[in-house]
Amino acid sequence: MSVVATDLDSAVSDAAAHLYVWALKDIPQDLRDALADAAGRETSVTGQRVLQTILKNVTVAETEKNLVCQDTGIAVYYCKVGEHFPLHPARIYASLKEGTERATVEHPLRSNTVHTLTRENTGPNVGYRVPIVHWDFIPDWDGLDVKCVPKGSGSENMSFLKMCVPADGVTGIKKFVLESIVGAGGKPCPPGIVGVGIGGSADYAMHLAKEAIARPVGTRNPDPLVAELEAELKDLLNETGVGPMGLGGDVTVLSVHVEHADTHMTLNPVAVNYQCWAARRASAHVAADGSIEYERDA
Amino acid sequence: MATHEVTFPITDSAEILKLRAGDEVVVQGHIIGIRDRTQVRIFDQGVEPPMDLSGAFLLHTAPNVRKLGPGRYEKLCIGTTTSARMVRFTEPLGAQYGVRAICGKGGFPDEAIEPMHRLGMVYFAIVGGAAALETTQIEDIEEVAWEELMPECLWRFRVKDFGPLTVGIDAHGGSLYRDVQARAHEKLEEIYARL
Repeated sequence: MSVVATDLDSAVSDAAAHLYVWALKDIPQDLRDALADAAGRETSVTGQRVLQTILKNVTVAETEKNLVCQDTGIAVYYCKVGEHFPLHPARIYASLKEGTERATVEHPLRSNTVHTLTRENTGPNVGYRVPIVHWDFIPDWDGLDVKCVPKGSGSENMSFLKMCVPADGVTGIKKFVLESIVGAGGKPCPPGIVGVGIGGSADYAMHLAKEAIARPVGTRNPDPLVAELEAELKDLLNETGVGPMGLGGDVTVLSVHVEHADTHMTLNPVAVNYQCWAARRASAHVAADGSIEYERDA
Repeated sequence: MATHEVTFPITDSAEILKLRAGDEVVVQGHIIGIRDRTQVRIFDQGVEPPMDLSGAFLLHTAPNVRKLGPGRYEKLCIGTTTSARMVRFTEPLGAQYGVRAICGKGGFPDEAIEPMHRLGMVYFAIVGGAAALETTQIEDIEEVAWEELMPECLWRFRVKDFGPLTVGIDAHGGSLYRDVQARAHEKLEEIYARL
């Protein structure tokens, strides 16, 4: 779908408003394929019951034009901004916030955002530092890519960080991921995507884990060593028998995605961020002239 | 594993006792929506709930709704939240109010097993995230109390063919979650040995 907005501010806010609702209703094809594949190989009775219900739900969301999951999440956007894109990131942020607010009021969507101490609702899914926006800046380019990932709290609550020591090695990383996902049980709505961030610093490892869950299901890290770790962790997690919704079965995770950064010689951080089976995301490209191209599966 | 149809609220405790962990259940009748703040108000702030909870089926939810008029709401999207946060209310819900079933997603930790056994209660696992389907099974929002806690009010829904649910914890001391976790931890030891 291609749309031309009258000015860049409204192009970005239109994109945000459209992406937020779209992501909540229409899950990407790679995820649909992964769920169908999971149903094809699950052998437990309870696991099949869960997976068949999930597949039915995805269809009902389409026919009823309803949200796949009621948790409209916390709005997270990933922006790639070209150095020649004519709108400053400060304005991009304001537009993303405006779009999130508009989508919430107009649909209407449940407002989840609260003050972290008073727990009072702060408005239509916006608040202080909400939505959460991550930035990448691209040289020699004049476009803007926006990916919206409404992040549900059931899976976000299952986030874990361990500052392993260098002597723990890769084995320490693997053990921490395994114990985290088994311990999470059915709470994060398995089978989903396990995001793992390794290296960097404590905060950056968690940032990378979050970036990992936003990748299309089953994509592999370009570094072959990291890709091998992704494949091994997926197989090991599926040996644990936690199964769909933690009720037992063969399919505990659809995929494991690992993102890494180089780190200090004394650091070995490992962060885990879980994404539920309803791994919602939707993307748009905003060109310098304000035209918008939407892409569900990016 | 058997398949059952149960209508709530129940009056005969035999209805609960026939359910075993792992069984499939479809629910008819009326269910009550409840969440964190609702239960904090009842038990931590000592406010009597303005709905009869005896024999009730409670659903851990905070629905998306549209207000139609005073006390009247239209359903938009109704799904289920993670139960584990609310496990500490299990015993008083059963002992003080006669609640017989609690339904949510992700399961209750083992501390729920003993009170559910003693008080004749069950935990039903719903498929988390399957809200589009769940919404079609809720026929009407019949009553809402404590609207100021929106969306964490007390909700009374009329349901039809609500499910499929899985008995996660039964009234005989059985828990699917405990069994799955025990096997998974054994498996982890085996995996660690070959890493």
